[in-house]
Amino acid sequence: MTVQEIQEKIQAGLPGSEVEIQDPYNDGVHIKAIVKFSGFAGKSIVEQHRMVYATLKHELKAEVHALGLETKVS
Amino acid sequence: MDKELQDKIEGLIASKKIFLFMKGTPDAPMCGFSAGVTNVLRSLGADYNSFNVLSDIGVREGIKEFANWPTIPQLYIDGEFIGGHDIVVEMAKSGELQKKIGA
Repeated sequence: MTVQEIQEKIQAGLPGSEVEIQDPYNDGVHIKAIVKFSGFAGKSIVEQHRMVYATLKHELKAEVHALGLETKVS
Repeated sequence: MDKELQDKIEGLIASKKIFLFMKGTPDAPMCGFSAGVTNVLRSLGADYNSFNVLSDIGVREGIKEFANWPTIPQLYIDGEFIGGHDIVVEMAKSGELQKKIGA
């Protein structure tokens, strides 16, 4: 699972979102995603994060140990 | 999830106003995100209980389903799921967490 694949998965699941992935240790494991999405409007931060997690359901069970998340309404 | 496991999880959450599911213990966290949340709680002087999910595979997997949240740590206040590491840090910065825990 590459960083780019994660970015594509999130964007496919949240159409129209802007996704920036940071990989501070360059290990593809402790990555952080910054997601801007109009569909976050009116949602709590927990709900926003759940929406992102839902796009990565399989990946979070397997390869990605930890995904840092920052969500913003675009 | 079977009823026994659900009862166990609910019992843990109800055992204390502030409850943290984490990897490791507050004195010896086994993951950077768990350590991050314990640091936030310590800095606020929060009185909380925690459960080490590494000691119990049932709770470790069950809590993800319970909260509809795929990662650990998970923080609960007054029985309510608050969030994981990023949310806790963000809420501490904004002062919202202090309000919730009454610090």
